[in-house]
Amino acid sequence: MSASTTILTQAPPTGLWRLWKRHPNFVIGAMMLGSALLAAIAAPWLGTIDPQMIAPFNRLEAPGANFWFGGDLVGRDVYSRTIYGSRISLAVGLGVAVIGISLGLVVGILSGFVSWVDQILMRVMDGLMAIPSILLAVALISLTGASLKNVIIAISIAEIPRVARLVRSVVLQLKERPYVEAAITAGTPFIWILWRHILPNTLAPLLVQATYIFASAVLTEAILSFIGAGTPPSTPSWGNIISEGRTVFSIAPHIVLFPGIALSFTVLGVNLMGDGLRDIFDPRYVSRT
Amino acid sequence: MLVLSLRRLLATIPVMAIVAIIVFSLLYLTPGDPAAVLAGEQATAADIERLRVTLGLDQPFLVRFGQWIGGVLQGDLGTSIFSQRPVMELIVQRLEPTIALTIASLIIAVSIAVPLGVIAAWRAGGLVDRVAMSFAVLGFSVPVFVLSYILIAVFAVNLKLLPVQGYVPIAYGIGPFLKHLILPAVSLGIINAALIARITRTTMIEVLNQDYIRAARAKGLSVRRVLIRHALKNAAVPIVTVIGISFALLISGVVVTETVFNIPGLGRLTVDAILRRDYPVIQGVILIFSATYVVVNLLIDLSYGLFDPRIKY
Repeated sequence: MSASTTILTQAPPTGLWRLWKRHPNFVIGAMMLGSALLAAIAAPWLGTIDPQMIAPFNRLEAPGANFWFGGDLVGRDVYSRTIYGSRISLAVGLGVAVIGISLGLVVGILSGFVSWVDQILMRVMDGLMAIPSILLAVALISLTGASLKNVIIAISIAEIPRVARLVRSVVLQLKERPYVEAAITAGTPFIWILWRHILPNTLAPLLVQATYIFASAVLTEAILSFIGAGTPPSTPSWGNIISEGRTVFSIAPHIVLFPGIALSFTVLGVNLMGDGLRDIFDPRYVSRT
Repeated sequence: MLVLSLRRLLATIPVMAIVAIIVFSLLYLTPGDPAAVLAGEQATAADIERLRVTLGLDQPFLVRFGQWIGGVLQGDLGTSIFSQRPVMELIVQRLEPTIALTIASLIIAVSIAVPLGVIAAWRAGGLVDRVAMSFAVLGFSVPVFVLSYILIAVFAVNLKLLPVQGYVPIAYGIGPFLKHLILPAVSLGIINAALIARITRTTMIEVLNQDYIRAARAKGLSVRRVLIRHALKNAAVPIVTVIGISFALLISGVVVTETVFNIPGLGRLTVDAILRRDYPVIQGVILIFSATYVVVNLLIDLSYGLFDPRIKY
């Protein structure tokens, strides 16, 4: 979110309009993600009832005035569960983006600067990347138990290699720059070089990468819940709702449909935002290095 | 040529070794007591202890790793806790549907994505390009199971053209086999087409801006000939590379698609193993899938020479 604010403040007074004209993807994506965020924050005030409340009379009820998105297998309100589900998905997306980027940044910087560590770390990263991320997460979760926290950690670990490689390549490029070489020769403390020269240059690509990680984490969480290796079944996550609706899909498709739409909508928003950010940053990033 | 291919082949050994170490170490590196988690909530202390011995967690790490890796190298992936049968046997039984689904989706993905990407690049900025790229972004965003359910609702439930779910082995006739394979392969193919289409477009735009393309057009070659013979062939290396990378996505997709369509393949085996907390099976499936991924990417690396004579192995 801080990204959009910096962009807005840098632009002239007519900035918002120009942003929309030049990067409609970014604006549309940001609005879509914003509305998902709003739904997550304002969930209790959006006409929802307790997402866990069971009402046997409303089992498999079709969508209507009473239950907007219908009822599920045990008569819980699919609308309320879908709205509350946005909290889980966004928490996973944000959590994985923050943890994955931070750990990947540490690994990438270490690799970029210390060559003997680089040999070991990059081999480990190659190995990690060869393991399909869903399966890695499945293994981790089956060993640690299903919980929101474990799901976030498991997906984050699978994301580390991509971030680490990105950061490493930026560091390796920057190390050859005269101003960084000069700083090293002048005896500038390593931390200062990192803070002043390295980190600012990783910011733009990492921000774009973060949106892609966010999107893929939301999808991965849904897939994990769908195959029974995600958040505990009682949690109203989109993957769980869809997974429960699976068995009755041909008679009550609404249970799968609405959370499916919410899921696709949110991920689409984040992806559009990422593509927009890439368009905004890319030229400047390229010219800078 | 041969020497370099062999060298490239040898380079995959450390990667596979690291994969094996990671997969094995997970049992030891995860916080908490994996035996207690795997035994489930109703397990008694004795149950947990028995599982600990079965998994070899009572032995020192290196001893157990030595035994395990020795077995793996001889094709022994351990024994399923649930069915007490060798994991390798369980995997081999489930291989056919997964291979069929993977190959069919790959064919569908490539035959949608490459023409789409080429046309989008040729008419970059135009209507076809915009529509194609919107579909590509959608492909990144719609989870494969949502698309599967939409296709089931339309083609199986409403139009009744295709079966809702299930799998028929190829030995039972090619007709029923294909009929059951179409929906899962199309859902998975469409999702995977997104990434390939995007890379095809980006690479083709770059190639189409080169001088020799203008020269080829200027000397009067047809658009079709220039696009396919001159441009696509030169754009092939990045496209083929991304097909290799997308193989990882395909594997995740297979697990999900097999669940939706009730296909008795490796994905279904994985999901059953999750529900039964059958860790040796999960471990075995990860190892097999990762090895396949590494081998596929090795083959792709070796294929570069076919497209670009400058790359020689």
